[in-house]
Amino acid sequence: MYPAQFEYHKAGTVREALDLLAKYKDEAKLLAGGHSLLPAMKLRLAQPKHVIDIGKVSELAGIKEEGGTLVIGAMTTHYAIESSALLKSKCPLLPEVAGHIGDPMVRNMGTLGGSLAHADPAADWPAAVIALGAEFVAEGPKGKRTIKVDDFFKGLLTTALTENEILTEIRVPACGANVKCAYAKFPHPASRFAVVGVAAVLTLDGGGKISKASIGITGAGTKATRAKGVEAAIAGKAADAASIQAAASSAADGVDVQADLQGSVEYKQHLLRVFAKRAMEAAAAKK
Amino acid sequence: MATARLLGASIKRREDPRFITGKGNYTDDLKLPGMTYAAFVRSPHAHAGIRKIDTARAIKHPGVVAVFTGTDMTGVNSLPCGWDLRKEKNIPGVVQDLAMVPHMPLTSDVARHVGDPVAVVIADSQDAALDAADLVTVDWDVKSSVTATALAAQAGAAQVHAGAPGNVAFKWELGGGDVDGAFKSADVVVRKRIVNQRLVANAMEPRACVARFEESTGDLTLWVTSQNPHVHRLLMCAFVLGIPEHKVRVISPDVGGGFGSKIFLYNEEVVCSWASRQLKRPVRWTSTRREAYMTDAHGRDHVTDAAMAMSKDGKILGLHVKTTANLGAYLSTFAPAVPTFLYGTLLNGVYKMGAIKCEVTGVFTNTTAVDAYRGAGRPEACYVLERMVDAAAAALKMDPADVRRTNFIPKFSGAYQTHVAVSYDSGDYAGAFDRLLQLFDYKKFRTEQAEARKKGRYLGVGFSTYIEACSIAPSKLVGALGAGAGLYESGKVRVHPTGGVTVYTGSHSHGQGHETTFAQLVADELQIPIDQVEVVHGDTGAIPFGMGTYGSRSASVGGTALHMSVHKIKEKGKKIAAHLLEASASDIEYVGGQFQVRGAPGKAVPWGAVALTAYVPHNYPEGIEPGLEETSFYDPSNFCFPFGAHACVVEVDGDTGHVKIVRYMAVDDVGNVINPMIVDGMVHGGIAQGAAQALWEGAVYDEESGQLVSGSLMDYALPKADMLPMYETARTETPTPVNPLGIKGAGETGTIASTPAVVNAVVDALSGFGVDHIEVMPLTPERVWKTVQAAKSKK
Repeated sequence: MYPAQFEYHKAGTVREALDLLAKYKDEAKLLAGGHSLLPAMKLRLAQPKHVIDIGKVSELAGIKEEGGTLVIGAMTTHYAIESSALLKSKCPLLPEVAGHIGDPMVRNMGTLGGSLAHADPAADWPAAVIALGAEFVAEGPKGKRTIKVDDFFKGLLTTALTENEILTEIRVPACGANVKCAYAKFPHPASRFAVVGVAAVLTLDGGGKISKASIGITGAGTKATRAKGVEAAIAGKAADAASIQAAASSAADGVDVQADLQGSVEYKQHLLRVFAKRAMEAAAAKK
Repeated sequence: MATARLLGASIKRREDPRFITGKGNYTDDLKLPGMTYAAFVRSPHAHAGIRKIDTARAIKHPGVVAVFTGTDMTGVNSLPCGWDLRKEKNIPGVVQDLAMVPHMPLTSDVARHVGDPVAVVIADSQDAALDAADLVTVDWDVKSSVTATALAAQAGAAQVHAGAPGNVAFKWELGGGDVDGAFKSADVVVRKRIVNQRLVANAMEPRACVARFEESTGDLTLWVTSQNPHVHRLLMCAFVLGIPEHKVRVISPDVGGGFGSKIFLYNEEVVCSWASRQLKRPVRWTSTRREAYMTDAHGRDHVTDAAMAMSKDGKILGLHVKTTANLGAYLSTFAPAVPTFLYGTLLNGVYKMGAIKCEVTGVFTNTTAVDAYRGAGRPEACYVLERMVDAAAAALKMDPADVRRTNFIPKFSGAYQTHVAVSYDSGDYAGAFDRLLQLFDYKKFRTEQAEARKKGRYLGVGFSTYIEACSIAPSKLVGALGAGAGLYESGKVRVHPTGGVTVYTGSHSHGQGHETTFAQLVADELQIPIDQVEVVHGDTGAIPFGMGTYGSRSASVGGTALHMSVHKIKEKGKKIAAHLLEASASDIEYVGGQFQVRGAPGKAVPWGAVALTAYVPHNYPEGIEPGLEETSFYDPSNFCFPFGAHACVVEVDGDTGHVKIVRYMAVDDVGNVINPMIVDGMVHGGIAQGAAQALWEGAVYDEESGQLVSGSLMDYALPKADMLPMYETARTETPTPVNPLGIKGAGETGTIASTPAVVNAVVDALSGFGVDHIEVMPLTPERVWKTVQAAKSKK
């Protein structure tokens, strides 16, 4: 498990990292927590000539609230999110999902931005950020731009980020008291990645009905996606078992489900329906 | 100096502090001056001819010392297979002779599985070796491949070896009683296809070796992750490299697990040893996990069609088993023994049976070689039998506990002759089962299960009443069955002048805790403190010729060898003490750490004084040699047969097919026990491994490409602590009459017993849907879910 030769660069600021990216272009890879890139390099599946470490860029880490929006630096670790008092009170879905990722060692090293930029189709975060309607701030040579979550995941390990850009911030709206959320996951027995994972954010109208639902799914296809059929089916319905079950039946609609050792297309479609139901039930049951 | 009995005490493992603080001394820790590093170029294809290997760019890479291919290794022979199955050798049961196909250390004509090594790059650094290995180019002639066990011998399958037409490696059979008659007279015949999937051993420490040839003396030292260093030395020297054994020392230092996979002689250690002689520099290789998946011998991989003939009152009248065993691309060291003499001989189980017939076909495929893996043949036999007993119970609409009870062999000691050659040593099978049901409260569970089903919850229980053959074993017997080696064990006890003791054992500890248990055994017998005893193992330069550790043999065979040496030491000590006490040796007894005149503790010489006298023999008996050191070789008269009864409770998630193990209860009878805590640890680990076969582990090859698609820890699911319950264990103790210690063996029981217990529990949980069998393990959620869907659609 020895990677091919590479040159290591440690960036102190986003600016430095952008300059290095501009210089080495497609010979460079950004290193965040290293939990996806380094295994790929050790297997020599990835052989970048230059590795630009942005994991310790201080301006990229931290969690704060700015006028009803929670702003999370891209290099914030899973553990920092899992243990954040601010997020537990204002956006409990994120700490909940963080607790599903890998193990404590992975959560202490891996970062939210690293995971999202890598866009592993079985990662947990993509389901959560879709359900939360997040926005991403990317910084490039021409300055900053904002990308909406529905435009972010483009395909297998592919995002809207360009080669000369760095993901710097993830912004999610703070959840009001009438917003209930949950994540339901069927983990791979070896890797603990999601065979399927469904994040549900339900807005309740106070009269026992779901006024709006936002459902993100991960694991089953080549990229994380929004379960639009479920969202449409549950909106305006009662938050009860029958309505949830009926809405969950369209969870696999439009998902490019991939067969692998963990399941056939048919089985994974079934799991999507089961876990969409479980995620919505768990969200609706929250106090 | 007298101490309390150490035998039977749960003493903490003396080796653990160094292991858990990272101070173990493993092969890869070794640093030698002038060290070079080997990297192997391996086939990316399951089956491909080699047109040309171009090493020109690799040899020019900075730091590279040499690049060798198979054609460079002139005068080097095939890796040997140590188990023969040929009619001319009068091996019982041979229907078609074993095809002894060649297995060259670096293949030069055809690569026969993914990972088959074709070249080695040796460099001054690990990095340089790996970088240069990427620069070796091979002109491959990619051929079609066959990996699936059931397809290997079918017409049109790719041919793995010219010397094995139709990919048949051998055909073999065993049995006794009137099988045809049993099936004719049966009230019910149950037939099932039972697939015992391929497993990867996954020792925590990957294989590694360092070979150092010293030009000045002509000596070769090989440090290697071996469960049996003398066997490694014998096979490599005598069969492959043609070097006399006295010029080779094999050292197996701390080894982090083996599960069988480190018994065998492998390509890499042969290549490194040969290359060190060529280069006159040390050569090191350490496997990566990915290489381990592709090259460590795999386990199991049987496809079996079984039929069981039953009377309507639940008696087993006959068993007919037809098994195809996948041996992989080459014959690993003991591969032919596993699906034959370690499998067919266990099909009698703990039951009175009318008749048994077992027919086995070994096949070659384009896969990693298969050999012994924890349990080796016995888990496959136990799985077939215990699954069939449950299937028979379902067919008869009887309680599986009652069917077992109806058929148990009654309690005995001495001999019970089975239909499948072996004769059991001692057993009380109903006793172990009774103890299990006490632990469990079986009746209460059936009530809870019925209640849960009404609520849509699917609980199930599975039993496994198993037997295994271990403490392998009598040399004369295994020789008659085809073994190329004896299977005794050696034990040397060296008493130092001041009374301390060094124990040299031919057994090898790679997780078993021998540094504790053997010290415990010897200290107990000599009645001296345990810290007065040091255990040495794993070095052919230090220990007498020994056979190593596998087949749950160390305590019973290796321990008995030490017991014999201790006995000799005591007898000699009595003569020395008699001289000092001016008494007759026949009047001396050894009690409480001193030699004393029988019944007169006041007339005594302490242990230490006798030891000192032996080395400072100023006042010494006539005709007795100085020194106090004895060696024994123990060759048992029979195998030992541990047994027991396990029960597993599962809950199946009806929506997803996910199986959760809720309870696991094990009653094991391993004979007498030296250290109960160590035996518990072995049982716990074994259950985890066996349950993992039932639910999670499985090596999967892509049928089209022949690629190993479960080739990493991210894909291949090893059991994790949170997937398992707290185990409830107990023991019954039925000493074996085979050895003087009464020890049977404990290393494999958990693995053998647990797989069928878990699968039977899942099938029981689904019985309400009409499910009576699931053909293929592991019982992944999808397999379970599909089984339920299929059963529902049938209804």
